[in-house]
Amino acid sequence: MALLKCEDLTLGYEDITLAEGVNFEVNEGEYWCITGENGTGKTTLMKTVLGLRQPLKGKIIHGDGLLKNEIGYLPQRTEYKKDFPASVREIVLSGFQGALGFRPFYSAAQKAAAMENLKRMGVEDLADKSFGNLSGGQQQRVLLARAICATRKMLLLDEPVAGLDVNAEAEMYKLIESLNKEEKIAIIMVTHDLESAREYATHEIHFGEEVSVRCLRH
Amino acid sequence: MLETLTYYMGFPLIRYAVAVVVLIALCSSLIGVTLVLKRFSFIGDGLSHVAFGAVAIATVLEVTTSMIVVLPITVICAILLLKGGKYVKVKGDAAIAMISVSALAVGYLLMNISSKSSNLSGDVCSTLFGSTALLSLELTDVLICLVVSILVTVAFVVFYNRIFAVTFDEDFSRTCGVNAEKYNLMIAIIIAVIIVLAMNFVGSLLISALIVFPALSAMRIFKSFLKVTVCSAVISVVCALSGVIVSILAGTPVGATIVAANIICYFCFMAAGRIKGE
Repeated sequence: MALLKCEDLTLGYEDITLAEGVNFEVNEGEYWCITGENGTGKTTLMKTVLGLRQPLKGKIIHGDGLLKNEIGYLPQRTEYKKDFPASVREIVLSGFQGALGFRPFYSAAQKAAAMENLKRMGVEDLADKSFGNLSGGQQQRVLLARAICATRKMLLLDEPVAGLDVNAEAEMYKLIESLNKEEKIAIIMVTHDLESAREYATHEIHFGEEVSVRCLRH
Repeated sequence: MLETLTYYMGFPLIRYAVAVVVLIALCSSLIGVTLVLKRFSFIGDGLSHVAFGAVAIATVLEVTTSMIVVLPITVICAILLLKGGKYVKVKGDAAIAMISVSALAVGYLLMNISSKSSNLSGDVCSTLFGSTALLSLELTDVLICLVVSILVTVAFVVFYNRIFAVTFDEDFSRTCGVNAEKYNLMIAIIIAVIIVLAMNFVGSLLISALIVFPALSAMRIFKSFLKVTVCSAVISVVCALSGVIVSILAGTPVGATIVAANIICYFCFMAAGRIKGE
């Protein structure tokens, strides 16, 4: 059973259909990239997979112990967060919000795990810094740490290297690869960077005239 | 000076009222941080005008405890403004501007048509700018304020982590299975409740100041959500308390004095933030 299976999805808004007949399944340890021009349905597919919106047709099946709320999400960088007063520690901890249940506060174990994840991303010394003052690459690492607090199974990354400089970009790809290889976390990445996408990914969904799904390597 | 103060504090009602002003200042500053960060400040402003209209309706209906009418109307409007934004044709700020002025106009009209009071402009003025003296407050209002503001504070503390998460990144919260709509609704209801409570003291035109100023001041210096929240609570309480004391001693209107204290505070924090930043 696949972690995530999309069956005959139709994506779009009320009166515009962006893509039809989207079929694919993501298994443990796979690395998927979603490519294509703007406005072809990449982001809509991502939001549909995340459960932020409903597909016009078709269905999404979660399996292999993957719960609906167990897909870690790295949103696209937005500038408005710049003046939001939040420390790195606060943000990473919020990755555990789904695991709070009925408790009002985070447990000591969750706090320790949050620090562990910051360390994993190489930014543990930034824990008490203000998020808005970090560089783009550092911010992405912090948000990646938050995402892996939320899940250990599947990560969905929206343009993870957009706006990063060359070094930060390479480091980001390395981190994502290590999560994929060493911890067997399935990756789904929306990207414009075709070259790198094809270097790391095992599968590609390309949005063009039609939606094509292909396997890049086994 | 001290004598005047102890003389006034001799009245139990004044003591309650001071406690309530401080509690309301606390509540409004807590929720204010979220409101400012979510870019909802204008909703607070719009709602305060709605509350004015609701007071007018309560006057027409000759309800003794106006809160019974005002609270539900304001809460419903808060929910509509928050939810409706996505569906109606008139968007966001324009819708709020429309609702604000309509509520003000209709409210004033209703008060004029039906008022049996000999001092109409006095009534309108105290609804808009708050009581001129704490002594004119009703005991029931004071007690309701006391209970509700304690409830709001407790709710804020219990849901603190979730409120932060939903304020910082709503989409991420949804992917974690958190019902973000529910918390937005909760925030809207809390805002409405605070506005209605605070209206008796600072008046409907001045409430927004109580909600946004402490958060904006705190954000000038602090850069973590917890520190900003705690700092804005402290600022708000200190300003409210000093405002009330000055208003008793100098005989100035309570609401305007508190807001003046907040303005001074904001400029102090702004200067401090500049110095710290350099």
